[in-house]
Amino acid sequence: MSVDTKRRSFLKASAGLVVAFHIPFGEALAQDAPAMPPEVNAWVVVKPDDTIVIRIARSEMGQGTLTGLAQLVAEELDADWSKVTTEYPTPGQNLARKRPWGSFGTGGSQGIRGSHDYVRKGGASARMLLVQAAADEWKVPAGECVAAKSVITHTPSGRKTSYGKVAMAAAKLTPPADIKLKDPKDWKLAGKRLARLDTVKKTTGAQIYGMDLTMPGMLNAAIKDCPVFGGKVKSFNAAAIDKRPGIRKVVQIGDSAVAVIADTWWRAKTALDALPIEWDLGPNAKLSNADVAATLKAGLTATDAVVGHEVGDARAAIGKAVRTVEAVYSYPHQNHATMETMNATVKWTPERCEVWTPTQNGEATLAAASEAAGLPQTQCEVYKMHLGGGFGRRGAVQDWVRQAVAIAKEMPGVPVKMIWSREEDMLHGRFHPTTQCKLTAGLDDKGEITGLHMRISGQSILASALPQMIKDGKDPFVFQGLNAAGPEASIGYTFPTLLVDHAMRNPPVPAGFWRGVNLNQNAVYLESFIDEIAHATKQDPLALRRKLMANHPKHLAVLNAVAERVGWSKKPPKGVFRGLAQTMGFGSYVAACAEVSVNKDGKLKIHRIVAATDPGHAVNPQQIEAQVEGSFVYGLSAALYGECTLKDGQMEQDNFSTYQVMKMDEMPKVETIIMPSGGFWGGVGEPTIAVAAPAVLNAIFAATGKRIRDLPLKNHSLKKA
Amino acid sequence: MTKLNVNGTIREFDAEDDTPLLWVLREQLGLTGTKYGCGIAACGACTVHIDGEPTRTCVRPVSSVTAKQKIVTIEGLSKNGDHPVQKAWAALDVPQCGFCQSGMIMAAAALLKQKARPSDADIDAAMTNICRCGTYNRIRAAIKVVSKGGDVKSAGLAIDHVGDKA
Repeated sequence: MSVDTKRRSFLKASAGLVVAFHIPFGEALAQDAPAMPPEVNAWVVVKPDDTIVIRIARSEMGQGTLTGLAQLVAEELDADWSKVTTEYPTPGQNLARKRPWGSFGTGGSQGIRGSHDYVRKGGASARMLLVQAAADEWKVPAGECVAAKSVITHTPSGRKTSYGKVAMAAAKLTPPADIKLKDPKDWKLAGKRLARLDTVKKTTGAQIYGMDLTMPGMLNAAIKDCPVFGGKVKSFNAAAIDKRPGIRKVVQIGDSAVAVIADTWWRAKTALDALPIEWDLGPNAKLSNADVAATLKAGLTATDAVVGHEVGDARAAIGKAVRTVEAVYSYPHQNHATMETMNATVKWTPERCEVWTPTQNGEATLAAASEAAGLPQTQCEVYKMHLGGGFGRRGAVQDWVRQAVAIAKEMPGVPVKMIWSREEDMLHGRFHPTTQCKLTAGLDDKGEITGLHMRISGQSILASALPQMIKDGKDPFVFQGLNAAGPEASIGYTFPTLLVDHAMRNPPVPAGFWRGVNLNQNAVYLESFIDEIAHATKQDPLALRRKLMANHPKHLAVLNAVAERVGWSKKPPKGVFRGLAQTMGFGSYVAACAEVSVNKDGKLKIHRIVAATDPGHAVNPQQIEAQVEGSFVYGLSAALYGECTLKDGQMEQDNFSTYQVMKMDEMPKVETIIMPSGGFWGGVGEPTIAVAAPAVLNAIFAATGKRIRDLPLKNHSLKKA
Repeated sequence: MTKLNVNGTIREFDAEDDTPLLWVLREQLGLTGTKYGCGIAACGACTVHIDGEPTRTCVRPVSSVTAKQKIVTIEGLSKNGDHPVQKAWAALDVPQCGFCQSGMIMAAAALLKQKARPSDADIDAAMTNICRCGTYNRIRAAIKVVSKGGDVKSAGLAIDHVGDKA
């Protein structure tokens, strides 16, 4: 049987699949758009030339999941890594085929930890099918054949064939029921410091992001939503701009936004800037940051709190304490500020709606598109574009997709690309929630902690983004890092009594999942306060932590690794001061030590960070290092500068001029220790962010004696009094 | 019709005089490697070279550039993506999401042309572009690799390149 004959028979069998996978403009897929490559299973396609296409359900937004997931599949597949490419299956295909790729959600550092088992099984199953196909052709038992680097060898006879030659036959076999995965100690591709698969295109300008998409006949749209939260459009005067060059249509979108559709985006944007719009500013027209802060402050002593973690009777223990230590902290609203602003290209007809967009959750995009288009999901499709940053902004809430579909409905049959200006992106974020926290510790006559009460007051992400997940008034995400146990962040200390409770106070500002989520502020609160207790009781901050962490060996191991590397037992260089922090979240254990100096003018310099991570299994250590370094940029940008403040019901920060972020000159050296202890799978994109701020805040206290309890740092003078 | 010299070719297009060069490159000339990040010259994602000078094009009116001036975008920095800066970037896996990297690479290439062995302070002063993923340390390392004639090992960052040319 010739290859061609096989090919034709495969084509016949899978014509529906081939049609469904024809993606007209999805560049991520177009790179591997041969006629009809045989699909060995949902995860693996092998072309006759031995090119292997691994399907990736999660979204690549810089975190390296594309490469890491491909490593896991290729490992079990015993693939020749130099022949591996990737493609995204579409959300519509996932729906039509009853979700063979599972979740498309790319958040919560879930890419690898949430799918390692089934993607590896996908690779292993494909390998078994390929080996079986070769064995069948040779009429030998499959057990006599071994696979390595995409080559199958019949050991007794020495005959060899390649995956590409048997893929057609393998695709027709029944998948094995019993799949055994490799012991990680035998990994050859997973666990290695492999180069990313998507780097080169990002150095030549060839990588196409959502914003870069072009299509024949495409129009462009700019949009302006009422800058005041809760406001609406009263009226607008389209006649003032519709004679400008290139303008096609000026339309109201929903009850709060106006869009201009034009031939180019620049013409649409400048026309929209010139459009007179009268807003009904609504109930929040006078709302200020001080109003929100007052509401949160009242929550610190309110009686309506929901308990998240309780050990014994902390209130009684604190009441009987010889001495108490108390402090109130706060954390502001922050914008994700992805480098690529929100955008989507949509083609809508009464029968079909297609969306091209950078999204962290293709399935959520499909659902949002379907709703906005007024069409069932089976008549919609989503093509995931490469993301210019995600950080949680492009996941659970698909507000921009709904807008883009509504705009495209005004132009049936014409693809329309909607791009948010940076100003629109800053004013209409899904902001990091704002909370305050009052911590009270009771101490006995020896200075030992007898009880700790953490009262959190403030915003719930779920109440804003996914209200259906709130049960009995409780948002469990609020307690990240403070839970009794579990991969979603357990506390690393044992206190004789403990009470962590939350008084939910939701300002009318949309909250979202912001890289690191609630672990960020909770680690600032707890890790700073532990440092406060250490100083109040004249204990070494490391020694106090070690005492409290005796029952938490994995938390303690990363902290010890950091202390050893930084040389905690020896004095730092003159003028340099150290601060520690540790936490656990997104399945991984992390710790950091910051070395800082503050000069006589109060200028802070962060010299060096030592950070340790135990993610259980480390799939690509060089990319984990990149994630850890990046976490310090994201976390320290937030600590140094990050805040969005309300004035007259709208955010005051509308671009990088007012929403400053860390740049190269402020970036410290980062030394990363990766210490996978095995037996579990943790994420690496987020947990380290949470230790960045408290490690630096504790070092600042060591340097200046100033305890910063309200972020960001830019609002404080570090000059010695 | 207006004319500009972009990547060694004279290109013609229609645009209002006050249109930023960025949007002419992206929308009229199809050169989307140069990115929009802020529109106020704060982030540097839109950096190209005009007669060798790194220029933030999101605030540069197209009418202020003449056809005699040579514009080089990321697409024209090298024929095969093999400019020393691009090679160092690939060797050290610098990009994460990559959206800021065209601007970073153009800024770095201009710096290294002006100063072959930049100090850390030179790098801090020239590289004021914003990266939100946090690639700053690898960018610094890659610039130093170029300044050492492409000696990737000098960066001390082990990355296994299997089957690619980086």
